[in-house]
Amino acid sequence: MKIRGKALIYGDNIDTDIIIPGRYLVLQDPDELAKHAMEGIDPDFPKKAREGVILVAGKNFGCGSSREEAPVALKHANVKCVIAESFARIFYRNAINIGLPIVEAAIKGSVEEGDELMVDVVNGVIENQSKGIKLKGNPLPPLALEIINAGGLTRYIRKKLGLE
Amino acid sequence: MNIVEKILAKASGEKEVAPGQIVDAKVDAAMIHDLTGPRAIESFEEIGVEKVWDPSKIVVIFDHDVPPSTIKAAELQKRVREFVRKQGIKNFYDIGRGGVCHVVMLEKGHVRPGDLIVGADSHTVTYGALGAFATGIGATDMAAVMATGTIWLRVPEALKFEVTGRLGKFVLAKDLILHIIGMIGSDGATYKAMIFSGEAVGEIGIDGRATICNMSIEAGAKAGIVEPDEKTIQYVRERVNGDFAPLKSDPDAEFSKTFEINASELGPQVAIPHSVDNVKPVSEVGDVEIDQAFLGTCTNGRLDDLRVAAEVLRGRKVKEGVRFVIIPGSQEVYEKALKEGLIDIFVSAGAVVGVPGCGPCIGISRGVLADGEVCISAANRNFVGRMGSPKAKIYLASPATVAASAITGKITDPREVMKA
Ligand code: SF4
Repeated sequence: MKIRGKALIYGDNIDTDIIIPGRYLVLQDPDELAKHAMEGIDPDFPKKAREGVILVAGKNFGCGSSREEAPVALKHANVKCVIAESFARIFYRNAINIGLPIVEAAIKGSVEEGDELMVDVVNGVIENQSKGIKLKGNPLPPLALEIINAGGLTRYIRKKLGLE
Repeated sequence: MNIVEKILAKASGEKEVAPGQIVDAKVDAAMIHDLTGPRAIESFEEIGVEKVWDPSKIVVIFDHDVPPSTIKAAELQKRVREFVRKQGIKNFYDIGRGGVCHVVMLEKGHVRPGDLIVGADSHTVTYGALGAFATGIGATDMAAVMATGTIWLRVPEALKFEVTGRLGKFVLAKDLILHIIGMIGSDGATYKAMIFSGEAVGEIGIDGRATICNMSIEAGAKAGIVEPDEKTIQYVRERVNGDFAPLKSDPDAEFSKTFEINASELGPQVAIPHSVDNVKPVSEVGDVEIDQAFLGTCTNGRLDDLRVAAEVLRGRKVKEGVRFVIIPGSQEVYEKALKEGLIDIFVSAGAVVGVPGCGPCIGISRGVLADGEVCISAANRNFVGRMGSPKAKIYLASPATVAASAITGKITDPREVMKA
């Protein structure tokens, strides 16, 4: 799975209240949620992400709440992939379950905002095409890959239960 | 094996498990609430099985927006009620019956030592207070659990916190866990379990242990667990029907790291905005005036928390210009607080007492903050925008420090107020 897009850069500890504040959770509709993605630190985010972006961040991305609306809001705001030095565990699972590609890689120092990235999610290899360098992160764990290949956890479970 | 490995081995039917191993584990209980429930139900319906795996093991609790403050919230709650009825779920706590999910789970006997429990809420880790392995999951993971009764989990490495000594007067469980988070950082336990033991932890009651385990997620932990003892067994016996078998770490159990802390040296602690690991002793916080004080939540809305706040407030008044919002963690806590005269003390001091539930903790209703306002809160998160305006500031502290600050109008060491 290869993904291409421009980099948008954020710092450490981007928590779920930043990604989607609690008061919007009743919205449910993914496109409505997307309008408020990252509102806590960057009200212009939905505009910046519209064309499709790759989010690059530091440590502990997605810490805080278990709200699955966090990866859902990012995905529907047109985030193609999140690359972070580390992820909070519930966010990590949620992203895989709903089909938002993520890569664990410490690349913040080698990427500038707007750089063109090509991400090989399965192997965890990132090519910064603007700078002509290759960066290495962690490959996806096998089970995560199985879930993604099935098209998300819902379909993975349907297959396991023989429903499709 | 340590307690985490033992519980996960039991849940997955293995003789032994080790950190890093992926297990397919059977779940003893699964909890959803009014905010995460609707999405979990939707995903469950997408999976397409008719019935949940075992309606007696699913617990549904309304707490995040109760009574509903918008039509949208009322509709979502209605939908969850329909699911409860259709699936024959008996463990349903609507308003007037329950309160904050993590308070209710313990007090209504849904947690037994040695259990594996999942909840569609990050603070599910609270149940480690009774020696269970409990962890938060998202809505789709929950849908899969409701369909199959199982979940895949990676056996986590375990960090051990050996707490010696004794907490001083008005130094509480909250101060201990804030200190620990400040020490290891907000990602200090990511993917790992935190195990709390030692003399000082043994002295702390179940309410305080719940506070400690509750906040383990603020260091990124997958679970926080207190090794069960006599206090645990007594608490559980009063609430759980039937047998249970506590599991404990073997004497030769391995931990990936052990930290030693002396509780006797600790004073009241405060987490400074906007991160939970930005922790300082209250004496180093400086002059911080507050607009609001908040006591409640799954962290500090239990009876012991209300008791200590009442002790500080008795015969004193909330400072002019400060709003003190107090929300009992559950109907049971509320009732007991009424009988003990705590509510009387709060009301005559000039605090407002709200409906059991999450209140302003998640910034939806009942005490949200305006631009530039400062709140001292007994909750667990001081993230930007958590309680309303992204321009508000949240300081986290113990119930005693929150009550003392409400009296003076600025962040205050409760020992100072009690001396005066
Ligand atoms: S009290 Fe706050 S932290 Fe606890 S469950 Fe409710 S919203 Fe979450």
